[in-house]
Amino acid sequence: MPIPSPLHSRTAALCHTHEWRDWSGYLAAGTYQTSHEVEYFAVRNAAGLLDASPLYKYELRGPDAGRLVNRLLTRDVSKCKIGQMLYSPWCDEDGYVIDDGTLGRLGKDHYRLTAADPSLRWLQDVGYGLDVDLRDVSTELAALALQGPNSRAVLQEIFPNLPLNSLRYYWLLQTEFEGSPLTITRTGYTGDLGYELWLPAELAPKLWDRLMETGSRYGLHPLGLAALDMLRIEAGLILIEVDYTSSLHAHIPAQKSTPYEIGLGWAVTEGKADFIGQRALRAHKQPVKQLVGLKVSWPEMEREFSKVGLPPQVAGRSSRIPVPVYAKGRHVGQATSLVFSPILKTYIALATVDSAYAQPGTTLDVEITVEYVRSQAGAQVIKPPFYNPPQKKGVADG
Amino acid sequence: MAKRYDAIIIGGGHNGLTTAAYLARAGLSVLLLEQRSLLGGATVSEEIYPGFKYSVFSYVVSLLRPEIIRDLQLPKHGLTILPLESTITPLPDGRYIYRGPDSHETFRNISKFSPRDAEAYREYGQAMYQMAKAVKYILGIRPPDPTSFHPRELLALLKLGQHFLGLGEENIYTLVKLMTMSSADFLEEWFETDPLIATLSASGIIGTFLGPRSPGSAYVLLHHYMGEIDGVFRAWGFQKGGTGGVAEALASSARSLGAEVRTDAPVAAVLNRNGRATGVVLQSGEEIEAGLVVSSLDPKLTFLKLVDPEQLPGDLVTAVRNFDTYGSSGKVNLALDGVPDLSCLPGNGPHLRGAISISPSVDYIERAYDDAKYGRFSRRPYIDIILPSMIDPGMAPPGKHVMSCFVQYAPYDLAEGTWDDQREAFGDAVVDTLSEYIPNLKQLILHRQVLSPWDIERTIGMTGGNIFQGELSLSQLLFLRPAPGYAQYRTPIQGYYQCGSATHPGGGISGAPGQLAAFEILKDLRK
Repeated sequence: MPIPSPLHSRTAALCHTHEWRDWSGYLAAGTYQTSHEVEYFAVRNAAGLLDASPLYKYELRGPDAGRLVNRLLTRDVSKCKIGQMLYSPWCDEDGYVIDDGTLGRLGKDHYRLTAADPSLRWLQDVGYGLDVDLRDVSTELAALALQGPNSRAVLQEIFPNLPLNSLRYYWLLQTEFEGSPLTITRTGYTGDLGYELWLPAELAPKLWDRLMETGSRYGLHPLGLAALDMLRIEAGLILIEVDYTSSLHAHIPAQKSTPYEIGLGWAVTEGKADFIGQRALRAHKQPVKQLVGLKVSWPEMEREFSKVGLPPQVAGRSSRIPVPVYAKGRHVGQATSLVFSPILKTYIALATVDSAYAQPGTTLDVEITVEYVRSQAGAQVIKPPFYNPPQKKGVADG
Repeated sequence: MAKRYDAIIIGGGHNGLTTAAYLARAGLSVLLLEQRSLLGGATVSEEIYPGFKYSVFSYVVSLLRPEIIRDLQLPKHGLTILPLESTITPLPDGRYIYRGPDSHETFRNISKFSPRDAEAYREYGQAMYQMAKAVKYILGIRPPDPTSFHPRELLALLKLGQHFLGLGEENIYTLVKLMTMSSADFLEEWFETDPLIATLSASGIIGTFLGPRSPGSAYVLLHHYMGEIDGVFRAWGFQKGGTGGVAEALASSARSLGAEVRTDAPVAAVLNRNGRATGVVLQSGEEIEAGLVVSSLDPKLTFLKLVDPEQLPGDLVTAVRNFDTYGSSGKVNLALDGVPDLSCLPGNGPHLRGAISISPSVDYIERAYDDAKYGRFSRRPYIDIILPSMIDPGMAPPGKHVMSCFVQYAPYDLAEGTWDDQREAFGDAVVDTLSEYIPNLKQLILHRQVLSPWDIERTIGMTGGNIFQGELSLSQLLFLRPAPGYAQYRTPIQGYYQCGSATHPGGGISGAPGQLAAFEILKDLRK
C-alpha cells in the first residue's frame, strides 16, 4: 500500500478528486481538481506546484565522489562546475540504459543524484574501492517542483535577495529556509521555465504553504501527475518503463536500449574517462531503433472517425498504452506516449521506430481505434521537443 | 509608383484577418487596412487602465474553426485557449446552480432543485451534441441558393438535403424546433427549474434584440452551442491575453504568409471602374490599387458607404437598408483590487474561473427585455460575467482582477436622452445589480469602462453596435445573410467581396465567414 509523502498533509487537503497514484510507493495526486486541464494550463501559462518527493535521491561526498559519478554517468562529469547540474543516463556494462536522472554539484566533492528507481546498490558497486560517503537521502529530502512562466516571480517574492534572474538553466543555488539548507535547481520535467526545491522533509510543508500563498496571486495551482505527463510529452522528455525499459528490468534483450536508441546520444561523451558501458557503446553507436516524435494528422483522424459519424475521439489525458507504428503496412515501431496537446492543438506521440524511418519528415502510420475497430492515421516524424518556449532556458527578461 | 496589390482587405477583425491570411497563403499579394491603431475589431484587448487588460468587446472563444487553427498554424502564432468550464447562477435567496466539469457534481447541484432536471440535463447535452454535429456541416459550406437553378447550387442543395436526411427523424424534429421556437419554450420541454431554464435560455438572447420568450431565440441558443474546441462541442475557452490574442495570432500568421497589415488606415471608398473594383481610397486621400477588394465591414458600410449605392441594384440597396443591425447589448469592464466574493458561495474557488450568470428567472430576463422594447436599458439586466484574470493571471497585476460583464439589454435607441448622458447610469444599474450578488464589489472597483451600442459603433465602426454585425434571426441567415442573391460573399461589383460576420455563418469569433469568402474568391480567380 502506498504511503504518504512528506507533503501529504498539504496535498491531501487539496486533492479534491481523491485520485491518487502510486509513485515509487508514495501517494501522489493524479489530479487535484476535476479537470486536469486547469493544472496543465497553470504550468503553460502561470505556475504549477508538484510534490516530487517520491524521486530517489542520493548524496555523494568525499574525495572520490566526482570519480564515482563520472564512472556512473555517460556524460562527462569532470566538466560539471560547482553549482551546475546535468542530466544523464547511466548504463550497464553492455551499454544498455539502466536509468536516467539529474546530477547536481553542490560542492567540490559533493554531488546529489536523482533516480527513478532505487539505485543504492548499483552506486555502491560502481563506487567499490572509492573514497566516497554515499547516502540514500530519498526519505529525508523532500522535493517540490515549481514550474511555469510565473515560477520565477513567485520564488522571487519569497526569496527577494536570491539572484534568480541570473540563475541559468541547469544551474543551482544554495540558500536557507527556516534555518535549514535549501537547494534551488533550475530544472524540471515540464519543458518550461521552472525550479525544483530540495529541503529537509520536515520543512517541506512550510515551504509548500509559502509557495501556495504567494502563488495564489500568480495563478499557481497544485500540479498532479495527469497534467505532468502531458507536459513532459510535449517537452519530449522520456519516461522509464513507458518509453524505454531499464536494462535491469528487461526480460529479453530486445527490450533494452542504448542511449542512442532513446534520444540520449547527445548525453554520451565518448572521449571522457572510463565509464560503465563505454566499450560497448563504442561498438553499437549505430542504433537499430530510435526515439522520435510523431505528429498525427488530424485531417486523417477526422476522415477515419467520420466513417462512423463521430468527430475524432482522443482522451483528454495522455495515453501510455503503446500502439504499433507502420510504414506502408510494415510494422516499424511503436508509439509509447500519446497525447492531444492543448497548446499545440496537435495529436502528438513519442515513439521508437527502426532507424531507417527515424528521419524527420518521414511519413508513417499510427494505429488508432475507431469504435473498437483498428485503423491507421498518418503521422509525421519530428525531432522532439514538440514545445520549447523561450523562457525554458532563457534568462530573466529584466 | 505605389504598389498594386492582388487583394485589399478592409477591416482588421478576425474575419478580415482570416481572409487576408488565406489569400496570402494562396500566393496573392495582400494588403489589409484597419482604421484603428490596433487590430482585432471587436476581437481586441486593451490596457484601458494601467496594468489591467480588458477584453474590451468579445470575451470568450469557442466558435473558432479548428480547420482555420490548423491551416493558419495559429498555435505557433500565439493562440492559446485556456479552459473555461463552469457556469454559476447565483440566486437572490442565497442558493445557486453551479455546473462544472464534474458531471456528477453538476447532477447533484441540479438535483437540489429538481431530480428530473438533473437527469434531463444529461439527455439535453446529448441532444445538443447531435445538433452541433448537424450544423457543423453547414458552418463549413458556402450557403447554397435555393432560388437558383444553377447546377452548382442544385448540387449543393442536394448535398445539404442528404446531410439533413442523414441526421435521422428525431434530430430533424429537434432542429426544426430550434429554428422556430423561443428558447424558453424549447427549454421548458426539457426542464422545470426556472433559474436553470433562464440561464440556458440566456444563450438564446445574447447579442440579439429578442427575449427568452421570443420565437427565433432558440436558434441563437443553437448558435452558441456550435462551438468546438479540440473536437469537443459546446466547449468555451478564454484566449491568453484576452480575445485580442486571437487577432494577434491571426495577424502574425497572415504576416508570416506575406500579407501586409496597415493600421491607422481608414478607407473612405472602394474605387471601381466599369463595374469592376480597382482599389481603395483612404480617408487621407491616398489611393491604393488592387485586383480585388474585400470588405469585412457590415453590409451598411460595405454597400451604402464604401461604394455609391446608385451603382447597385435597387433591390440590394433596399435589402441592405432593411438589414437589421440594431444593437441591444452593452459591456462593462471592471478593474478590481481583489477577489470578488459571491454571497451564495464566498471565497475563491473554481466557480470564479468560469462564467457567472445573472439570470435568476425567465421572468427576470423577459422583464429586462420589456425595458428594452420601450427604449430603456434594463434596470435589472441579464449579465454574463467572467473574471479573465482568474483564468489568465497575466490580465491583471498579481492579486488584482479584471471583470468582464456582458450586459443585456442596452437598446441602441433610447426613448429618453442619449447614450452619452445615460452611459454612467447604465453602468450604475449594472454595478448595483451585481452588488446584490457580490456584496464586496463596490469597494473593489478601481476603474470602470462602460460601453453602449453607440460606443461599439463609434470605436470599431459596426453599424448599430450589433455584436454579430447583424441580427442572427432566421430572416438573416444562410442564403439571406446579408441579402438574397448576395449571400455567397460576392457583390454586384466584380472583384468586390464581403467577408464579415454579416455573411454566413454569422457572428462569434469563428473566422468562418472570412475563410469561406477566401475560398470563393480563390475559386473565382481560378475559373
